[in-house]
Amino acid sequence: MSPEPFLGDVAHTPVRHHILSVLVENKAGVLARIAGLFARRGFNIYSLAVAPAESHARFSRVTIVVDAESAPLEQIMGQLDKLVNVVEINDLAPVDAVERELLLATIETDVANRTSLLDTLANAGAAIIDVDPGAVTVMLAGTPSACDALERALEEFARVELHRTGRVALPRLGRAATA
Amino acid sequence: MQLTGAQALIKSLEQEGVDTIFGLPGGAILPVYDPLIDSSIRHILVRHEQGAGHMAEGYALATGRPGVAMVTSGPGATNIVTPIGNAHMDSTPLVVITGQVATGSIGTDAFQECDITGITMGITKHNFLIQSAQEIPRAVAAAFHLATTGRPGPVLIDVPKDVTQSMMEWWYPVTIDEYDLPGYRPEVPLDDRAVAAAVALINEAERPVLYVGGGTLKSRAAKELLAFAERTAMPVVTTLMARGAFPDSHPQHLGMPGMHGMYSAVTAIQRCDLLISLGARFDDRVTGKIAAFAPDAKIIHVDIDRAEFNKVRQVDVALQSNVAVALTALDAGGAMPRNLDVWWKTIRGWQEAFPLVYDEPASDGLLRPQHVIEAIAAKAAPGTIVAAGVGQHQMWASQFWKFEEPGTWVNSGGAGTMGFGVPAAIGAKVGRPDRTVWCIDGDGCFQMTAQELTTARSEGIPIKVAILNNAYLGMVRQWQEMFYEERYSEVYLSADLPDYVKWAEAMGCVGLRARTLQEMHDAIDQANAINDVPVVIDFRTDAAEKVFPMVASGASNDDIMVHPSQRSAQ
Ligand SMILES: Cc1ncc(C[n+]2csc(CCOP(=O)(O)OP(=O)(O)O)c2C)c(N)n1
Ligand SMILES: [Mg+2]
Repeated sequence: MSPEPFLGDVAHTPVRHHILSVLVENKAGVLARIAGLFARRGFNIYSLAVAPAESHARFSRVTIVVDAESAPLEQIMGQLDKLVNVVEINDLAPVDAVERELLLATIETDVANRTSLLDTLANAGAAIIDVDPGAVTVMLAGTPSACDALERALEEFARVELHRTGRVALPRLGRAATA
Repeated sequence: MQLTGAQALIKSLEQEGVDTIFGLPGGAILPVYDPLIDSSIRHILVRHEQGAGHMAEGYALATGRPGVAMVTSGPGATNIVTPIGNAHMDSTPLVVITGQVATGSIGTDAFQECDITGITMGITKHNFLIQSAQEIPRAVAAAFHLATTGRPGPVLIDVPKDVTQSMMEWWYPVTIDEYDLPGYRPEVPLDDRAVAAAVALINEAERPVLYVGGGTLKSRAAKELLAFAERTAMPVVTTLMARGAFPDSHPQHLGMPGMHGMYSAVTAIQRCDLLISLGARFDDRVTGKIAAFAPDAKIIHVDIDRAEFNKVRQVDVALQSNVAVALTALDAGGAMPRNLDVWWKTIRGWQEAFPLVYDEPASDGLLRPQHVIEAIAAKAAPGTIVAAGVGQHQMWASQFWKFEEPGTWVNSGGAGTMGFGVPAAIGAKVGRPDRTVWCIDGDGCFQMTAQELTTARSEGIPIKVAILNNAYLGMVRQWQEMFYEERYSEVYLSADLPDYVKWAEAMGCVGLRARTLQEMHDAIDQANAINDVPVVIDFRTDAAEKVFPMVASGASNDDIMVHPSQRSAQ
């Protein structure tokens, strides 16, 4: 489950990455079943995000970015579909999806770097959400490529910590998702 | 009506029509063993939980109904992991109930606690950890539904002790909606376009082969297969998992394909222009080197499990369906290959040149294992069920027994589990008490689970066991002889230790020994005359015998090795 960063913007995301939006029953052990399946079949996961599904407390939505080269997408979806707790799988090709990801980072600040840091944040559209005399915590909710760009830009600063959530996605309007 | 969880569990099993449970009690499952005394369900007390699992498998394979096993937590549960894995590989419907420590103790390393749902996640179709007594009926109903529909398989229900001890208000789900399985859709409507595409491929074919797998038996499609095969005149091969799906006596049957398959079955697949897979999964023991498998063939793949399509071999037409339904649709669609006379002439040539052979039985010296199997088969009542262990004897049993109907071959295919034979034969006999049940076993396999003959004797289950005693882990010895320059490493067992006759007698069975042809015939006749207790025959067979034909592991099926006496013809 190494969150290998995506390079390039959405249009240039390699085709081998696919987003599976998976509706699952909200039962104990469901994540273990999914993770176990991927592990034992040798399918690679790039990122995985889980949250209660919109309408029902009964279901959760798992957004899995898979490496469609470790196994054919058809095989990954067919095996996933056999998990009894998996209710629905939507496969989103990167070009058919709008994707967003959240990045949080804590950066050491001092008088010398403050201006350039503020510039970097402003350029990226990132916000400061926590401050103390020696550090700030910043946030960006954006496309995976925007998060990539900010992550690279922050390399010139002393980073205390940086976390990314992995992406969530919805079908691009006007395009049908393939069930 | 107020019941304890334990009573509700037993009553739920009764609702599902369960007539037999194979099991062994212990602390965590104790509450459930109490109401069992008052139930109509027969419980068979095994001597090792692995035996319970394989018995449940044998019962399921012989009857087509799900097998049920019940064991306690911790070591009881881990002892049944091998049969669960075996059933998973062979898509055998099982419901396994395990006791668990009380809900409040889960996660505390309590006495005999183990995470059996975690352990079996990858080798069950699904499993449940029950949280309250009220849930028991739903879980049991769902477990049977899951085990027996779609692609069948094992389902495990883990029941904590406090759950079976607490009270519930009795109810039982009547509709599938009440099973609460929103993600489970075992059947999909047949895709008419795929049927039409399959018919078009069949109608162009000049060298088709029907590749029949275990899914055909699971689909109960033997009748449809016979009708379809006869109408289209296509050659048929049946995999190790499908023996009995098509009569061996039928002139269109080429026998078993694969590593130890018939030359004509293996070669017909290699040369065919259309391979129609009916509930088979392109297992490596069938395909050999996959890149060289059936190189000229278009593939029609019928399977209820869509994850099988393109998993191993790219298909031309995928038909997601039960095999019986698919065959009926192909029939209705007018599937009819071209004239197959030339194809059959070629196949008949292979059959004549490379029949199944073994060396003449020597009048003195050790018995030929193949000859022993033929002798048992010749003297067996029609409809006899054969169970096997895993090894050379299993391959010879599949090759030399003539199977005529479904449910007569009870075997461990995908997992190749040594020790399967004896308990599986017991389970088969429990499910089909009207049938004679022979277990063709190896001396190595027999030693793994033989203690279940005590179970068989005490429960009155008169199976017959033929040990093909070659004093070796014979299949491994064969590989060491052929591929490791006859460097035999840890494969010798001894023909006399243990003394199988005395061991059989100690377990209350009749024990016989056969060293010569005359003794062989006498022992088989004697065994056939005994119908009240289990019989074990120690047949002393020649360790030098090897299973042929053989495709070496990872080799192309084109490089099939025939019996030495046939090499010049190749
Ligand atoms: C539980 C298990 N352990 C090991 C093996 C590997 N194995 C396959 S066949 C075989 C030899 C079986 O010996 P025996 O039962 O005497 O049968 P034979 O081949 O001699 O007929 C072994 C060790 C296995 N299949 N299953
Ligand atoms: Mg042996």
